Amino acid sequence: MNSEQVIEVRGLTKKFGGLTAVNNLDLNVYRGDVFGFLGPNGAGKSTTIRMLLSLIKPTSGEMKIFGKSITKNRKEIFSKIGAIVEKPDFYLYLSAYKNLEILGKLSGADTSKKKIMDMLELVGLEKRYKSKVKTYSHGMKQRLGLAQALLHDPELIILDEPTTGLDPQGMKEIRDLIIYLSREKGKTIFLSSHILHEVELIATRMIIISKGTTQVEGTVEELLKSEKIIVTFEIDKVEDAMRIVNESKWKENFKSTSKSEINFELTKNEIALLNKFLIEKEILVSAVVPVRSLEDYFLRITEGGAK
Amino acid sequence: MITLIWLELQKMFKKWRTYIGFIAIGFLAIVVQVALYFTGSKMIDFQMRGMEQSFVMVGNLFNGYFIARFILMALIIHIPFLIVIVGGDLLSGEATAGTYRMLLTRPVSRFQVVTAKFIAGWISVLLLLVWLLFLSLVVSLLLFGSGPLLSFQGMRLIIFAGNDILWRFACAYLFAFISMSTVISISIFFSSFVQNAIGPIAATMAVIIIFLILSAIPVDFFQTIKPYLFTNHMSQWDGFFNDPVDYKEIFQSLWYLLAHIVVIYGITIYIFIKKDILS
Repeated sequence: MNSEQVIEVRGLTKKFGGLTAVNNLDLNVYRGDVFGFLGPNGAGKSTTIRMLLSLIKPTSGEMKIFGKSITKNRKEIFSKIGAIVEKPDFYLYLSAYKNLEILGKLSGADTSKKKIMDMLELVGLEKRYKSKVKTYSHGMKQRLGLAQALLHDPELIILDEPTTGLDPQGMKEIRDLIIYLSREKGKTIFLSSHILHEVELIATRMIIISKGTTQVEGTVEELLKSEKIIVTFEIDKVEDAMRIVNESKWKENFKSTSKSEINFELTKNEIALLNKFLIEKEILVSAVVPVRSLEDYFLRITEGGAK
Repeated sequence: MITLIWLELQKMFKKWRTYIGFIAIGFLAIVVQVALYFTGSKMIDFQMRGMEQSFVMVGNLFNGYFIARFILMALIIHIPFLIVIVGGDLLSGEATAGTYRMLLTRPVSRFQVVTAKFIAGWISVLLLLVWLLFLSLVVSLLLFGSGPLLSFQGMRLIIFAGNDILWRFACAYLFAFISMSTVISISIFFSSFVQNAIGPIAATMAVIIIFLILSAIPVDFFQTIKPYLFTNHMSQWDGFFNDPVDYKEIFQSLWYLLAHIVVIYGITIYIFIKKDILS
């Protein structure tokens, strides 16, 4: 992990009247991170992003991006940020090309035809560059949103739920693009999502917030490796397997059994160890299926059941 | 800043609503010219009634200048209705479309964004008035020819020689530009509060109508406040068709309108910089 902090937030709070949307939030995003910003709908993710991008003013707290205060160095900082805030909205009466040209010029980007067309090609919209954005589907707007965020080659990319409303193919394309930007281009990515699985696939570090406050923070691996999940082992000789398990340390992890399955409560690391143990004891394992999903973990965290 | 203004103008002139004013003025000016072409000379005869016995009128009195002033007098009252269609949408249009999020996360300040919108709005007013000037003066001169200009100021009839007219039109249009810029500034101000253009359009028109009604009520209180209402100063453009021109009164109105523009612009900037963008 690079130690250079790109985003540093301390005690960030936003109140709308009597409602506290974000409460004393701390954030640390380092250069090169794909930082997952997780939380259920209404957790305060978008409010936090809007504060980071100066769209709304915090009630209290301090925010620094690239080591500098946003309020005092807005122009310098924003020239190095590309962002999608909630759903990407454009000038619907203009073409995708014209939208990118306008937004690119505002960012000081190279708005030559080649550059804009390259960007549209990157997101797969080059054939529709003349079409007015009002004729675009949600997925196409989402991809155009990425194009406008990347046009000026920013160092930090802030993406607020970039896969919302996309089909599985579209979600995968966006994920692949984020991975490409991080690994090949060295961009720092701040990714807000309410889907743990999505963050797990691409993030290096993450924070989970709920009701505006931090629940857990750390690397994805650290956070998930200690979490126990229910895993079903589909095996050929259940009775033999049960006897072996009962004579081993795995007895403590046993939960239940059925005709051809045994369920265990295991951490991520223990799954492989138990699998290896059963195979060494000549029990044929045909499938290992996690029954309790990571989403349950997420739900328990955000509902305050675990910490 | 120039880039920002240019981009605002591009966005503005890609919208259909921007052309409503140009189409309406084009239609009305041509309709008036055609009507006057066929029946206008009777109007001159009517206005000159009773004077034929005392004066001998020579030359082309029913000329392009007369028509141009007639059109200006007829349309200038209604131009605010056309201007606010554009002004009311300038800031609220971004909120409606959700494009504030794109616009305000660029390395430009909110001050620059609002200033660019005001300047683009004023430029649109200027273009609309240039369009009106072209249709009313240039086209009328081509159709009706030139000559002296008859100007009726209350009970007085003033006749300006042909070489004493063009500067009066230029000054009248410049004054009208300031008047109409005040109107569009008010609509942009209202536009900064809301998320659709209907509210600012209606609010600006309501302000103008209310002020005009208050000015017309013959009650001491309303007559006392009348000089402080900007609507009272908007028609001073006609002072350039008086002889002698009352520059003191004209400049007083001009400063009053300019002060309105500056104050409205300042308040809008202040509100917009403080505003949370939630759209």
